[in-house]
Amino acid sequence: MDREQFQKTYDDFRLGRIDRRTFLKVSGLGLAAAVIAACTPGSSAAPSAAAAGGEPTSADWSPPKGVDLGKTLYLTTWPNYHNPRTIEIFTALTGVKVEVNPLGSNEEMLAKLLIGGTGWDVLVPTNYTFETYGSKKLLEPLEMAKLPNLDITRYDQRLLANAEYPAGSKTLWGFNKDWGTTGFTYNKKHVTKPMASWKDFFDLAQTDYSGKVIIHDYQLTSIGCALVAVGFSFNSVAENELAKAEELLLAVKPHLFAITSDYQPPMRAEDAWVTMTWTNDGAQLHADIPDIEYVIASDGGEIWSDFYAVVAGTEHREAAYAFLDFMAVPKVQAFDAAFHKAPLVDSAGIALESAEMRANKITYPDAAQLSKLEFGTAELLTNKARADLWARVKSA
Amino acid sequence: MTRSELGRWRSRIVTFLLLMPASAWYVLLLLVPLVILIVFSFGGRAPEGGYRPDFTLANYQELPTRSTAFLNALWMATGGTILCLIVGFPLAYFLATRAGSQRTLLLVLVIVPFWTSFLIRTYAWLTILGNNGVPAWLERLGFGHIVLLNTPFAVLLGIVYNYLPLMVFPLYVSLERLDKRLLEASKDLGAGRWATFRQVTLPLSSAGLLSGVILVFIPIMGEYIIPALLGGGKVFFIGNALVDLFLQSRNWPFGSAAAIVLILVILAAVTLYLRLGSRGGGTREVSLL
Repeated sequence: MDREQFQKTYDDFRLGRIDRRTFLKVSGLGLAAAVIAACTPGSSAAPSAAAAGGEPTSADWSPPKGVDLGKTLYLTTWPNYHNPRTIEIFTALTGVKVEVNPLGSNEEMLAKLLIGGTGWDVLVPTNYTFETYGSKKLLEPLEMAKLPNLDITRYDQRLLANAEYPAGSKTLWGFNKDWGTTGFTYNKKHVTKPMASWKDFFDLAQTDYSGKVIIHDYQLTSIGCALVAVGFSFNSVAENELAKAEELLLAVKPHLFAITSDYQPPMRAEDAWVTMTWTNDGAQLHADIPDIEYVIASDGGEIWSDFYAVVAGTEHREAAYAFLDFMAVPKVQAFDAAFHKAPLVDSAGIALESAEMRANKITYPDAAQLSKLEFGTAELLTNKARADLWARVKSA
Repeated sequence: MTRSELGRWRSRIVTFLLLMPASAWYVLLLLVPLVILIVFSFGGRAPEGGYRPDFTLANYQELPTRSTAFLNALWMATGGTILCLIVGFPLAYFLATRAGSQRTLLLVLVIVPFWTSFLIRTYAWLTILGNNGVPAWLERLGFGHIVLLNTPFAVLLGIVYNYLPLMVFPLYVSLERLDKRLLEASKDLGAGRWATFRQVTLPLSSAGLLSGVILVFIPIMGEYIIPALLGGGKVFFIGNALVDLFLQSRNWPFGSAAAIVLILVILAAVTLYLRLGSRGGGTREVSLL
């Protein structure tokens, strides 16, 4: 391929006429990329095939007229959670550069918001945070007039209602980005014993798969799943029940490979065989490595939903609303979901997803599998006993 | 006012102005935060986290629950410093005395890793120590399955790798200034290699040794990134406990108490070390006859 040809191919790629994989293959850069990827087990998910509808363009969404959106937007979110291409398209349509800042947990997000001066504009908080964020006025109630593309009648009202503060007031402080579950993944190349429940997970972590198991560095899920394993509610704050969970966590700790929420790299490198996993990571891992299976535990666990929300007193308020409105467009949601692989909430967004995506049992599990799962309660985020317990377990 | 008085005043004003930036820096960024830390350490945790005014010793009484993290940091800092010394001293000695015309090049090579971010250099070890890295090679060579990542070994390796230059440079500077004639004199007077090293080289490079050890020991005590990345949340330093207390469980008062005790522990360790160092490193008068 000569220089001109390369330039043309590169332009096609930049303008979205061909996707990244085709570009790499045609340009010969794919080989180099493949070599680098093979040498870098830590590399995370590559952008996957686009949604059925293709890339969103200016025909699907345009910025509000006569509004100065500014130059930058700070998006604080979770790892592997947005298609970089979606963000590039937003920048191309608006001129607003998006700085993506991935955090490890809602607690870290809250801790930094309480300290103040974060400079963040848009957050992706989880369902149980709205009571704290609303009462502390850390977010602002959504100004619906600035979100013409958001049609909440298409949303599952049970999932949407989490963003109401005060609860039941119909005042929304965010709208759903997606939802999911907290289960676990295992690599069936190494894991041969059946693992179906949190009890299995914690039992086998101390025996057959000692040294190969990861739990989240997040009290909410790690304590919650340990509680389920010893027969209690994911949301328990009862002293004697928490004591049982602490006992289990302390017993399992020496057998763990790691306590981390960044578990994709060690699973991909086969440093770890089993890990506590959120739906979207499970689907991403399974798509790239079919041996990695995702399990919704039969004895319970968490169901969650993440939201788009605007930080109170943000400096880039217009850009924040423009971004939210862009992300509310069904075609944009479907395009983004093809990458992050979490299930959507907006029915129009789901309708635009590829048939393959909608048939994916990790992303859209059967309703029967969800019957035992619990939404995390607002109390979990601020409960002192749980926070202290987790800090003790980690420093033990 | 006489001319000499005027001159004295002027020199005082100049001194004051020149010291202003440093004083402001230390007062605003060291003393004030330290006072805040002390005040917070006697307070309580607000319901959603943070600080609530109170006067209690509860935070200090709870400190024994973090003793493992304190001890981990203390042992690893001591071990890491000793390893840096064992690896760094011969290197510094070679650079100062034997490297010849290659010296500048070799010195640059010691600095080169610093051109890359600390975080990236440490992250790179994840790949090297991970399952597809060194353990895979060892297994192929018949050593069986060895886990390196997320062990104290990995953390220690990361520490020595990252802090070695901080040990090498002060040592290099003091060894380079060493008057070679003294070594010759020592030999002429009948001392063997080991005696010369112990009685001439070591005492005369003790300044570099002291500053190298302190430069390495103190930051390792507060280290957070290396145990977080290479220890996988299992090899836990007091620095990691502090991050958790401020950024996860939001218990600022307890975190403040732990931070103050960390400062005191480091102060005690360094004082002890300097006491021992000044005793051992001092010159000694011996009768030649």
